[in-house]
Amino acid sequence: MSQKNFLGPSGTTLGLVEFWLLTLTGFALFFGTWAGVAWLGVLSPQFLPSPMAVWETLVRLWNHPFAGHVYAEHMGASLGRFLMGWALAVGIGIPLGLLMGWYRLLDEIVTPLFDSIRFVAPLAWVPLAALWFGTGIGGPLLIIFVGSFAPCVISAYRGARLVEPRLVEAAQTMGASGRQVMLQVLVPGAMPSIISGLRVSAGLGWQSLVGSELIVVGAGLGYLMVQGQGNLNTSVVIAGMIGIGVVGFAIDVVLRGVEAWFRRRWGQDT
Amino acid sequence: MSEIVFRAVTKSFRMPKGGDFLAIDSTDLRVEEREFVAIVGPSGCGKTTLMRMAAGLEFPSAGTVEVGGRAVLGPGPERAVVFQQFALLPWKTVRENIGFGLMCKRTPKAEATAAIAHYVELMGLGGHEDSFPHQLSGGMQQRVAIARAYVMNPAALLMDEPFGALDAQTRIIMQEELVRLARRNPRTVIFITHAVEEAVYLADRVVVMGRKPGRIIETMDIRSTREAEGWEGRPIEEVMDLPSFTHMRSQIWKLLKPREQGQDA
Repeated sequence: MSQKNFLGPSGTTLGLVEFWLLTLTGFALFFGTWAGVAWLGVLSPQFLPSPMAVWETLVRLWNHPFAGHVYAEHMGASLGRFLMGWALAVGIGIPLGLLMGWYRLLDEIVTPLFDSIRFVAPLAWVPLAALWFGTGIGGPLLIIFVGSFAPCVISAYRGARLVEPRLVEAAQTMGASGRQVMLQVLVPGAMPSIISGLRVSAGLGWQSLVGSELIVVGAGLGYLMVQGQGNLNTSVVIAGMIGIGVVGFAIDVVLRGVEAWFRRRWGQDT
Repeated sequence: MSEIVFRAVTKSFRMPKGGDFLAIDSTDLRVEEREFVAIVGPSGCGKTTLMRMAAGLEFPSAGTVEVGGRAVLGPGPERAVVFQQFALLPWKTVRENIGFGLMCKRTPKAEATAAIAHYVELMGLGGHEDSFPHQLSGGMQQRVAIARAYVMNPAALLMDEPFGALDAQTRIIMQEELVRLARRNPRTVIFITHAVEEAVYLADRVVVMGRKPGRIIETMDIRSTREAEGWEGRPIEEVMDLPSFTHMRSQIWKLLKPREQGQDA
């Protein structure tokens, strides 16, 4: 028995028009409900400002500095911080994961340690990061690093283990050196898994952002929100959340494109 | 010099549950320079293991394997391997796959390009140079794998059921092309198969192996019959109907049959 599907037989892909229609329906329902609740007046604007009020706040934040900077500068500060922390996680996590996949000894040394540390949530690192780095850039980098490190290691590890042994053998019979086997077979073979790991890790890293910005003074979307909270300005807080959502979504779209390209190129497109 | 010599080769594998599995028991085999030897036998007779030892992908538990008078210490480009499942690099184009070994050897670019073009032409891969393996049919992928082996100009060619994954029609075409290639450009070849017809059609000599333990039961000379009966240059379906061919085939079948059925339990 196949499940009945509203749009037709399951497995049917949506047309572009349907896709956008449904996407917009979701947003319309969300904002409609929000506007309706705000309009009823049961909740004070302090508790829940209307979407229009938030929009006006966004426009104001865009044009006038709040907490020292305009909105785009806060966004840029966050994005820059994120990119540094994420690059660090990718730069250390991917090679570590690959090496763990290739060398059993390293795998057995690192895995138990890694498995226990990764359950400490990024937010739980905030106090330690604050103690170590104060309000310097190190604190946020550590938090974002912690948030995005695990998926980098895991995806690279998985990718390394999934490379078919006969591809390695084939390369060796063609005279490939150890280095050539590594660069021409093992790394590219692990790529599809690494790329999906990058996508997951970027998402988690970006999510750790606000936590990291609890301990910086200066700029950033999280900082903007904390300042808004201090001023009891709910619209500013929500405006900050919207920025986080939009940028996070944009990062994901870019990486999804990269992932699709790799899948096609590697012949895993189905 | 590229003769392949197995001397008193024994190979056993450690079983996961403990104990050893004797894959090959004290086997001698000599494949002469430029001789095409096909090895047939039931699954588990150690024929692939034998080939992998010549390739340097496995090592004997006892005895020696020599190619061209030198002990095999590991894989190398002078002993090209064609794998059953093609083993092409999925992220490289046809051209890059064929040129992989040349790149490893740091062959000068102009020379490599010319060599690749030659085998693209010879294997009928023209127009697909920039395709990726997954865009090709199984038959085309195996052509790439064969081109990739030949382009190295190897002293020995080791083929592990190269046509096993192909459909019947493609298989016949590939067999004819391999014969064409092998006669025109003879190499020392070990060709593993469990298809008796294929072995008789392609090889100078057929080695029949049995299992439990893996060993050689019989070797049969095909070449003299082939030359005497004029198989050369005829299409495969015609050759397969000749009495001389069917005679050879049934002789090998008789050697294989009781073993194939009886000892499974």
